[in-house]
Order: sequence, then structure tokens, then C-alpha cells
Amino acid sequence: MPTWAELALRVGAVFVAFLTLPLIVGQTEHKVMAHMQARLGPMYAGGFHGWAQLLADGVKFAQKEDLTPRGADRPVFRLAPAVALLPYLLVLLVIPLGPGDLVAQPLDIGLFFVLAVLGLGVVSLLMAAWSSANKYSLIGGLRGAAQLLGYELPLVLAAASVAMAAGTLSLTGIIEAWRPWWLLWQLPALAVFFVAGLAEIRRPPFDMPIADSELVFGYLTEYTGLRFALFLLAEYVGIVVIAALTVVLFLGGWKGPFADAELGWLWTLLKVFAVSFVIIWVRVAFPRLREDQLQRLCWLGLVPVALGQLVLTAGVVVA
Amino acid sequence: MGTFPGSGLAKGLAITAKTLTRRADTQQYPDVAPQLPPRSRGVIALREENCTVCMLCARECPDWCIYIDSHKEEVVTPGAARTRQRNVLDRFAIDFSLCMYCAICIEVCPFDALYWTPEFEYAEHDLRDLLHERDRLGEWMATVPPPPAHDPNGEPAKEEQAAARRATQDLRSPGGTDG
Repeated sequence: MPTWAELALRVGAVFVAFLTLPLIVGQTEHKVMAHMQARLGPMYAGGFHGWAQLLADGVKFAQKEDLTPRGADRPVFRLAPAVALLPYLLVLLVIPLGPGDLVAQPLDIGLFFVLAVLGLGVVSLLMAAWSSANKYSLIGGLRGAAQLLGYELPLVLAAASVAMAAGTLSLTGIIEAWRPWWLLWQLPALAVFFVAGLAEIRRPPFDMPIADSELVFGYLTEYTGLRFALFLLAEYVGIVVIAALTVVLFLGGWKGPFADAELGWLWTLLKVFAVSFVIIWVRVAFPRLREDQLQRLCWLGLVPVALGQLVLTAGVVVA
Repeated sequence: MGTFPGSGLAKGLAITAKTLTRRADTQQYPDVAPQLPPRSRGVIALREENCTVCMLCARECPDWCIYIDSHKEEVVTPGAARTRQRNVLDRFAIDFSLCMYCAICIEVCPFDALYWTPEFEYAEHDLRDLLHERDRLGEWMATVPPPPAHDPNGEPAKEEQAAARRATQDLRSPGGTDG
């Protein structure tokens, strides 16, 4: 296969995953959340149990007028949704689906790249918040910036622990070095990474930046139509990305009960959906954290645990 | 039971997971007709033949939402000493935009001319269209459910008790009281 065809195939596959996985997760969220609240959820769109609800939502968003507030900083305001989506798309490029060649772009410093790119999220958030010329947007954006900067630290520390244990920054290398007993001694890192990841994608119970009972819709207040839909899509891609990273770093990626070489992609996808389910479950079960509780959890809870895990990992690796 | 940190979080997860496994409570209303109990207060139906225009319902109605018009007719019975008068109903209307579903009219009607029916799908786009005349009220009689069966463990009805008492007295009186 010529290089360009292979490149096109890989980019195309990532793009398809980028468009379908979030929709599946979104639909699952609709139905799981509904049934956890003793409701049925969408039942009409598409005929069978509302399977086409998100497509219908997409069509609706595309039809809506695309408003830009008069006081807004137009170019920044219009660019922010794209900046929100881009990092997740780039992260999907380096996440290995299966062993060997089943990764769009194998990268030796994959983990470093992923963490660096995920940090871009705060830029889109501040862009949206500042350019909206709206006090709710601004307050939401500042809350979001404080939250993202704070939770970046435990996220990186937890990821560093697993990288240290595996002795590599390559995501493929980390999975290859992974052994089932890592589940036990990397458990604190797993918990810290998962919670910090939830906060990074601003999912409930960490959705203080868009707390709708106090800030209308935070930094998304002024967005309508397709741009708003892009932000929503970014949220669902975020779920997929955080779930995939948790799976790759802590749950053994493509390693399953049998046939890792042939069915690796299936184990990866199953684990990603399982972690996504937990993310949805946590959203249904827990109320939103207050701003001070949020920061307290980060600095007094997660950071010390992550540092302790780092010391433990260093000790085991050196010993 | 000791509370260790995080037990509340686990409880929240457990409750939502338990609800997930149960059937949803949602009723698919327009697709599936709701199962309403027979005594549901949906709308008031009128059995016109039973109405004697005694006006009790209209007078007792707390917000005066029942409108009754009538006239008197002479009934000439051949061989009778004098003619009798009879009330004839000209209009019977209930304004459901005023009605507060208190059921006083139904309680007070001595001739069982008014009934509850569970029928509830009579919404209108205009408030004024909720004033329903006797033909519409009469149509709803078809939807009145039969009265619920008597509770087999309950006390028998007053009428049944009286009849039974009379029957036992009739049996006893010929021979029993002599001694």
C-alpha cells in the first residue's frame, strides 16, 4: 500500500471513530441515565427506542440560527468550538486500539504528547468565556480555568507513576509492560487519574464551570446552533478520550482473557465502553461539587495521593 | 453500622444501579391508554332522563358553573281531578373552565342524574369552549364505568340488611312467638 493511501486510511479511521464513538456514548448516556432515574428516555426518534435521537438533535442544531453577540470578540468566539474539539481529535490519533500496527500514529513520547495536548482544553474554555462578553460566561470560564489548571497536576502525576512503572512514555510500550497485578499497586493512581480526568472534561459532579442553577450555562451561555453542538460533541469525545486513556494506562489496553493478538481491538473497545458507563453512572449518582469542595478535593485529596503513589512506584522500580 | 469515608458515595452508586435493573415507571400515554381507577374524577356526565330540574346541583355548586334553564308543562291525565305540572329541562350546561371537580353536585343529586367518568381528553384551545351543553354531557354517559363490586369482606349494604331482617322476622313470626 502506498504511503498516502495508508495515511488516508488511518486518518479516515480516526475520523470515523471520532464521529461515531461519541454518538454511541451519548445515546448510552441518554438511555442509562433515564433508566437509572426510572424513566424510559428517548423513545420516538428512529422508531426503535429512540436510537436516532442524537442525529435528530444534530439536525435541529444545524437548523438553528448561529448567533454571535454584538459585544463578542467575533473571531475568537467563532474559533473556540474548533479549539475545544481539536485536542481530543489529536489525542485519538495516538491511542492504540490493538497490538502491533493498530494505532493511527505510533509515537515514542505518546503519553507526553497526550498530556500536553489535553492541556489545550483550558485555552478553548477561556476563549469561549472571554469572547462571549457575558458575565456568566466569564465567571464560568474562570471557574473552569481554575479547575482545569488544578486537576492537571494530579492527572499528570498519576500518569507519570504508570509511565515510571513501565519505563517508557510510549502508550503501546506501557500496554506491553502492563501486567494484571498492576491493577493492585497502581490502584490509587487509577482512582486519581479517573477523578482528575472527570474534572478535566468538566463532567458532573465536576461541572462547576457550567453550573446551570447559578451560571445559566457558564462559558456556553452565548453559544447557539452548530457551535453549541460542537461543544456538546467535545464533551462526549472527552468521555471517550478519558475512558480510552484510563484503559490504555491502567487497565491493560488490548489485553483480554484470550486471543490478544486477534481480538485486541475488541477488548479495548469493550473496556472503553465500560469506563464510559462508569463516567455516566457517576454523573447520575452524585450531586455537583461546590467550588471550594472542588479545589479542596484536588489539592488536599488527589495531589497527596498521587505523590504517595509516585513514591511507591519509584520505590518498587528502584528496588 | 459504622460509617467509613466513601460509604455515602457507594450507596449512591448502588441505588442508581438498582433502579437501572428495574422497569421504568414511564407510561407511554398517547400510545398506551392509562389505567384509571373507576372513581377517577375525569368529567361529569349527565343522564338527562333522571333530571327533575330540582336545581340542587346548581345551587350547591361552589363556583356556580352549572347553568339550568327549564319550563313547566301541563300534563293532562284523562279522568284525573286536575292537571299536573311537570318540569321540562331546556338547558343543562357545565362550565369546565370554572368547575373545580369537588363533586358536590354529584353528591347532592337525589335522582342520580350526574356521574363521574374517568374520561379526561376534552382539552380545548380556547377557554370558552370548555362550556359543555347537555348533549355533550349526555355523550359522556357511555364512558361511565360500572360501580365497583361490593367488598366481599365488607358489611352488607343497608338495603340488604333490612331485607334479610324482614325475611327472618317473617319466618319466625308464624310459630316462634307463640311460646
